[in-house]
Amino acid sequence: MTEMLDQTVAAVDTVRLAEVTPDELQPYLELGLKDDEYQRIRQILGRRPTQSELAMYSIMWSEHCSYKSSKVHLRQFGEKAPPSDRLLAGMGENAGVIAINDRIAVTFKVESHNHPSFVEPYQGAATGVGGIVRDILAMGARPILVMDSLRFGAADHPDTQRVLPGVVGGVGGYGNCLGLPNIGGEVVFDECYQGNPLVNALSLGVLPVDGLQRKEADGPGNIVVLMGAKTGRDGIGGVSVLASATFDEASQARRPAVQVGDPFTEKLLIESCLELYQANLIVGVQDLGGAGLTCALTETAAAAGTGMDVQLEKVHLREASMEPHEILASESQERMLFIVEPAKLDAVLGIAQLWGVIATPIGVVTDSGRVRITWHGETVVDVPPGSLADDGPVYARPLREPADLILLQADRAETLPRPHHDHELRETVLRMAASPNLCDRSWITEQYDRYVLGNTVLAQPEDSGVVRLDEETGLGVALALDCNSRFARLDPYEGAKLALAEAYRNVAVTGADPVAVTDCLNFGSPEDPAVMWQFAEAVRGIADGCQELGIPVTGGNVSFYNQTGAVAIHPTPVVGVLGVFDNVAQRIPMGFSHTGDVLFLIGETRLELSGSEWAWVTHQHLGGRPPKVDLAREQAIGAFMAQAAQSGLVRSAHDLSDGGLAQALVESTLRKGFGASVHLPEQLEAFTALFSESAGRVLVAVPAGHRQAFEALIAEHELPVTELGLVEGEGADLTVVAADAHTGQFSIPLAELRAAFSGTLPKLFGGATEQPAPYAAPAAVAIETVEIMSAELGTADAVAEEPPAAVAEEDTEGR
Amino acid sequence: MKIGVVTFPGSLDDGDAARAARIAGAEVVRLWHADPDLHGVDAVVLPGGFSYGDYLRCGAIARFAPVMETISAAARDGMPVMGICNGFQILCEAHLLPGALTRNQHLHFRNRDQWLRIENSDTAWTNHFTPGQEILIPVKNGEGCYVADQRTLDELEANGQIVARYIQGNPNGSTRDIAAVRNTAGNVLGIMPHPEHAVEALTGPSLDGLGFFSSVLKHLAGVGVPA
Repeated sequence: MTEMLDQTVAAVDTVRLAEVTPDELQPYLELGLKDDEYQRIRQILGRRPTQSELAMYSIMWSEHCSYKSSKVHLRQFGEKAPPSDRLLAGMGENAGVIAINDRIAVTFKVESHNHPSFVEPYQGAATGVGGIVRDILAMGARPILVMDSLRFGAADHPDTQRVLPGVVGGVGGYGNCLGLPNIGGEVVFDECYQGNPLVNALSLGVLPVDGLQRKEADGPGNIVVLMGAKTGRDGIGGVSVLASATFDEASQARRPAVQVGDPFTEKLLIESCLELYQANLIVGVQDLGGAGLTCALTETAAAAGTGMDVQLEKVHLREASMEPHEILASESQERMLFIVEPAKLDAVLGIAQLWGVIATPIGVVTDSGRVRITWHGETVVDVPPGSLADDGPVYARPLREPADLILLQADRAETLPRPHHDHELRETVLRMAASPNLCDRSWITEQYDRYVLGNTVLAQPEDSGVVRLDEETGLGVALALDCNSRFARLDPYEGAKLALAEAYRNVAVTGADPVAVTDCLNFGSPEDPAVMWQFAEAVRGIADGCQELGIPVTGGNVSFYNQTGAVAIHPTPVVGVLGVFDNVAQRIPMGFSHTGDVLFLIGETRLELSGSEWAWVTHQHLGGRPPKVDLAREQAIGAFMAQAAQSGLVRSAHDLSDGGLAQALVESTLRKGFGASVHLPEQLEAFTALFSESAGRVLVAVPAGHRQAFEALIAEHELPVTELGLVEGEGADLTVVAADAHTGQFSIPLAELRAAFSGTLPKLFGGATEQPAPYAAPAAVAIETVEIMSAELGTADAVAEEPPAAVAEEDTEGR
Repeated sequence: MKIGVVTFPGSLDDGDAARAARIAGAEVVRLWHADPDLHGVDAVVLPGGFSYGDYLRCGAIARFAPVMETISAAARDGMPVMGICNGFQILCEAHLLPGALTRNQHLHFRNRDQWLRIENSDTAWTNHFTPGQEILIPVKNGEGCYVADQRTLDELEANGQIVARYIQGNPNGSTRDIAAVRNTAGNVLGIMPHPEHAVEALTGPSLDGLGFFSSVLKHLAGVGVPA
């Protein structure tokens, strides 16, 4: 053992060694650093970096950590942010913090874990959830929910069969084990994500308004404590190599760079942290995510303007043979860093022990302004922390509108042949309802626990997730995550605004007041000027949109390099909107639930089919310009819905988006099994009324007795409205009557509609709807003859003993 | 009446079980896995979750927790104990209930609103229901497939120990659609679905879950609580 240790120490590159071997060749290019970046490091240090320092700079200056390509654009979120007295912490923190009232605040953020989820879907997605939850925890909050926004390649592509079940299993496996309800999100299939699936996870936490934790490593003499899982070789280079480079044939060989999650340890870490916060035992806290210890040490010291002396050999390791640069770069999950006053150290270690979590003092805060790291007495790192955390390179990369955009926009879907006759429209409704992007998501969402914690008021497939924060008052929040990346491909500026508008509307239709925004910006390579232009346009779109709506972007995440070879994904700016309820009992659900309620469509329908789901499903067409976005209209709808919720005027409300009115009717009827009779307006072609994807529209059901009050309130808000028909009885058909006799009318029994809507994902991914025949229980429960029981048992046992066919594909779970 | 709710490090639905007991009118006492003292409670709920991570067989470690030794002894003396989901798994591992819970047949975690038929109301936890009553409460588990050898199953049938069955679809492949079983005395109940998630109109699919908690209060009132 001693011998091995000696060898390890002897082989390590130290500051002393670096000073006397200035010309040693270093693999900075392989680590993702450019020539000039390497020269800048040498300049900062006045010598060549040690191996450990080189690893640290390569990670911290990577795209993922430094935001070097996006920084110049993201500034707009701050510059254009409307003044908000709710905002307690914003951009640049682990997550934005919003005051809900004078006692309670929430913090929320969406973050990507795209690349790891392609390489190792289960663990990639699981640790994506784990990472965002620790960001929330680091702000001082108790995480209370998660959401996920997932994008995959074509639903029937063989690789989607590998990636989707793993990703869904990982999101569920980790979140379920943490006891966080998954209340919503989105699942989108598109060929552009074939080699680059997107896994964006959101979490929200609650904290007292005065309970915000800081990350600053203040107070020289204070102890630096590492808590949580042991540090292993997983995730090394995850940041620099994986997240900041384009995929190629070698990607499969990068499996070891994906982290492995242990949700049970994270659960213990959460409980320990919350006890530390409550007992006021810590000075500062930072989670260990991308860039692991390197990021946590340098960011906390840089934020405070202090320094740190760290003895790296004190870090608990999974493998004794790990070298300093590996320990510093490791992205092992479930770890937090604390800054603790010496007098409180014992209390901190005591709480860790109560929950059975490892906690280790690894260093002290100094006033040296340097982070010095030793390994068995030898200095291996001696750097100014700000040079890593704050002074990374910043690039104003070239932008150029994609060469094909003009042609793409000229190829409008409005010119495609569209069906007119009743039987064609009927077929189209069914075909659309069964298409992968519109069909029932239960196969996925049933793998998520939406009930745990007992405060979930609305969850998927509702327009927003709604969660109660306070049992006494009913205070609560609503959250929606949305993006239509086809719109963003056609026009990234308008597409980003449309994503914002949709998330805003999804929150508003439940009756909540939208107050803040988070975003996850998924794009191709920033080194491609066309991608960079899309990025710049999308950021400008969100920033302008938020300014117009009067709600700030509080934080988020950028994911570049989502491309394989020269082919980038569609620009995918996923937008999350947070809304607030004074009382969640006023929430408006989406499903029809009372016979005789009157149906109205709020908003205007135009002939807008470009980028629509219909154009894609029936013509595999993407071209033209996306629907017009009118944020003032969205705001008016929001104000109307909030008032309608408070006065109970609207029984159900459902946002119109992908698939238009037809899809909204499908979802609203099937939700609770109530039919509807709909009379399409005269001014529009029946097809357009059903399948146009014009923004700013909501389908509402109004109790017949409230009709007059409803119409008066609509007039007050100057909103266009069309009466559509009635909610019919439980089990009645969905009947659509066109205004012109030529088109006629059609009816679809709900059973037929449900079969189309719900059959798709189980057919593609297996199993979920196949049920063994119910056990024929004997009429008299207690006493039956043994002979009858054995005969009955034949079938039941055969089912029970069937070998689990899919064990192989699930084997990642046990690692 | 005092109902104790146990918290293991990985318990998740302990707060929900406590809320449900409170709504039913009980005084709730939180019990800690490492503390063998039951603090004078009259009944115990073992809540859902992942007790110690459950990377090994679910409940296999929890059965050895200090609090479980006391609970096992008390259960054998007649104290009402309900294990929900992970709690059911722990009761089976502790041999307070027969059978075992294995991986769902379809291999996925599944969360949905589930109809059950109450088959037996002769327990401390189901006396509020009538046999044959159909109730709606959420199910959510990855390892909820109840199995036992044929003889045990036949005995359970014959003794009326099958307390609830899944109807309108079996969510996990459970043998004979079994959702809940009791011990022969009727004081110990294991149930895979989650009554504690169906106690408020705002957050649950029904109020049917409350019946389990009001049952035990009625039971305790009937037998008299030891001083």
